[in-house]
Amino acid sequence: MTTLLASPIAMLPALVAEYVDFAATHFDELVVLTIQHALLAADTIAIAVPIAVTLGVATTYDDRAATVILWLAGIAMTIPSLALFGLLIPFLGIGSPPVIFALVLYSQLPVIRNTYVGLTKIDEATLSAGRGLGMTRRQRLRRIQLPIAMPVILAGVRNAVVIVIGVAAVGAYVGADGLGEYIFEGIRTGNTTMIVVATIAVSLLALAVDYTFGVVEQYLRLRNGETIDQALGTRFLTTLLSVRNTHQ
Amino acid sequence: MIEFDSVTKVYPDGTTAIEDISFTVEEGTTTVLVGPSGCGKTTTMRLVNRLEEPTDGAVYFDGENTRSVDEIELRRNIGYVIQEIGLFDHMTVGENIATVPELKGWDEARIDDRIDELLELMALPREFRDQYPTELSGGQRQRVGVARALAADPDVLLMDEPFGALDPITRDDLQDEFLAIQDRINTTIIFVTHSINEALKMGDKIAIFDVGEIVQYDTPHEILANPATEFVEDFIGENRLLKQLSITPVSDVMDPVEAHADQFDDVGGTAAAADGGERLSDPPSPSTDLRSSFITLLEADRSMSPVVEDGEVVGVITESGIRSHFRDGTEGA
Amino acid sequence: MAGVSTTVLEGIRYLVANSDQALGLLVQHLKLVLVSELAAIAIAVPLGVLAVRYERAREPIMAAGNVAQTIPSLAVIALMFPILGLGFRPAVVALFVYALLPILTNTIAGIDGIEQSTLDAARGMGMTDNELLVRIQLPIAFPVIFAGIRTSTVINVGTAYLAFFIGAGGLGRWVISGIDLFDMSQVFAGALVGAVLAITLDLALAGIERQLRSDSGGQTAAV
Repeated sequence: MTTLLASPIAMLPALVAEYVDFAATHFDELVVLTIQHALLAADTIAIAVPIAVTLGVATTYDDRAATVILWLAGIAMTIPSLALFGLLIPFLGIGSPPVIFALVLYSQLPVIRNTYVGLTKIDEATLSAGRGLGMTRRQRLRRIQLPIAMPVILAGVRNAVVIVIGVAAVGAYVGADGLGEYIFEGIRTGNTTMIVVATIAVSLLALAVDYTFGVVEQYLRLRNGETIDQALGTRFLTTLLSVRNTHQ
Repeated sequence: MIEFDSVTKVYPDGTTAIEDISFTVEEGTTTVLVGPSGCGKTTTMRLVNRLEEPTDGAVYFDGENTRSVDEIELRRNIGYVIQEIGLFDHMTVGENIATVPELKGWDEARIDDRIDELLELMALPREFRDQYPTELSGGQRQRVGVARALAADPDVLLMDEPFGALDPITRDDLQDEFLAIQDRINTTIIFVTHSINEALKMGDKIAIFDVGEIVQYDTPHEILANPATEFVEDFIGENRLLKQLSITPVSDVMDPVEAHADQFDDVGGTAAAADGGERLSDPPSPSTDLRSSFITLLEADRSMSPVVEDGEVVGVITESGIRSHFRDGTEGA
Repeated sequence: MAGVSTTVLEGIRYLVANSDQALGLLVQHLKLVLVSELAAIAIAVPLGVLAVRYERAREPIMAAGNVAQTIPSLAVIALMFPILGLGFRPAVVALFVYALLPILTNTIAGIDGIEQSTLDAARGMGMTDNELLVRIQLPIAFPVIFAGIRTSTVINVGTAYLAFFIGAGGLGRWVISGIDLFDMSQVFAGALVGAVLAITLDLALAGIERQLRSDSGGQTAAV
């Protein structure tokens, strides 16, 4: 530790070699932990998104409900994750259940908020056109509002996923699966290499998922006819899809 | 005063806004740049205060190339009024008006007096001074916008569709008031509009823009009498003669009182007349336009009317006089 | 539900019984939050201004800010351990990094949101870039920037719990040792004090904002 602080830059090549070496020798475990981490996040999102979108749609029906729901979801965000995990242990035991429960709670605000914003920011003329065509409220929601709002909702989901992956790492402290295990074990045993490799892995996972969702979001925006600066991945995806479409 | 010398402006995206434009704005006059949207009139105006820079050619201000003048210094001596007004909503009306004097470092007492002076000039109540612009109506906001532009006594005032966003009645009022103010402040004004009627009403000189070029640069009278191209004729639209009447003041065609002395029982006294028609309750003045004086005659079923200024008859306007002016106008076309 | 009320009651009892220690942990926590937050404000607002003023600086600044926010908070804190070791300083650096983005994005959004006509008018009357910034952009963007500071502060209070893992103390101590000892009253007491801190700071900032706005003669009359 002290030698490291003395000349961190001179130590860098040696350190990198050490990290690579650790990653190579623990490759299988790292892959398993990363998959577990991703699965935990996927489970959470699978539960959280339907709830949040439903609540988001509900908020558009009633302004007062909107205020209350958004306020509650905002309050939930301020509960420290570690404390919430701990407090859920007596009810849900240790391991993934309390973590998933808490993460579902944390995912609510971004998704509800974006659903609400996406649905309400739609041009009034578009909606009255729908009404003029004789659509019922439910039809307008399904055929006009949700498709137009989809990129905004997805942006909220993207936001939530990033939060979930990050907080899930903390969940390892109460026994949830994932890369957090290595971080805490590294801290406990003073194994800095383990900490660094695990934090890099979890950061890469978050960045990769964020980027993927970003690309899908851009794709949806393009499909809605918006003009945007496309990320490399979006251009790749649109080319890929258009190639496939022409082959059909 | 302001001279455009073969100015071309090409935007970075390749569109040519104006090409090889040359004209001169005389000191103390109001020059209106008019044309359809996208013709380059706003770009031309923004070249004066260097919000745009020419790609080719030069703009001279008092004989000096504007590019050799510090742009900040230049802009502080040029008032700028835009259609969107652009008031600073986080400042009071008074603070808005004080902006340029403050930037120029005037002392507080002088700024204070100037604010009051401008509120009065623009017919705004003094209480507005400490109010925020968001509390005002559109017309009031633009009055503040004009006051702000005039605050530091600029040599030049640039007005980019200043009344374009107002309702027709407010617009008319503000145009009239501004014409009166114009006489008092004697500033060189460049005024951009897409409305030929506004151009005819406000301008001493009018530059008519087609896409990227000036097709005619002349006085309103000359433009109405002798449109240079078919484009100008189309742009002026219907009722050219009526428009001519609208911009010609009575003083241009009135006869001296003595020429019709036999027609009046009370020469030089009142507006009472003796040609058999109704009495005129509101006789024209020398600055009234011919169109409304003609309507006055028709309504009163009369062939002539005294022209009254400050309670005195200063001339006589006759139907035949208007007719002959009307005919001269057509002949010229 | 009986379990919930027991935990709550036990938690409050624990808090009362250990109020001295609670105060000590609260002070540690507050120091972590305030130092990191002030540093974040001092860096993020100028960075946001730079990003708006220089088109070329914008993308790298936003990209760096986004990456900083996407990296999990635990990862940022854990990474400080090998780089800076244990204690207060590494924790503050980690919290600072994590507090930057909300302020940065709001500074940029606040300034970007100003109407083009307002800027046009200001430039047209001869304001320099700095006059434009001080007289127009910052005052108009102020509420948005301040909202970013509030969000950032509330998040910061929550993230600071993790600082205990790298030996910086704070309210994380009760929560973590409570989990270790399976003592829910301790966990609850730790969470409760933090929640009160978050709400108090948020309200205090709201008050400061109102004060600053009325001092500068801002839009209070119009709002």
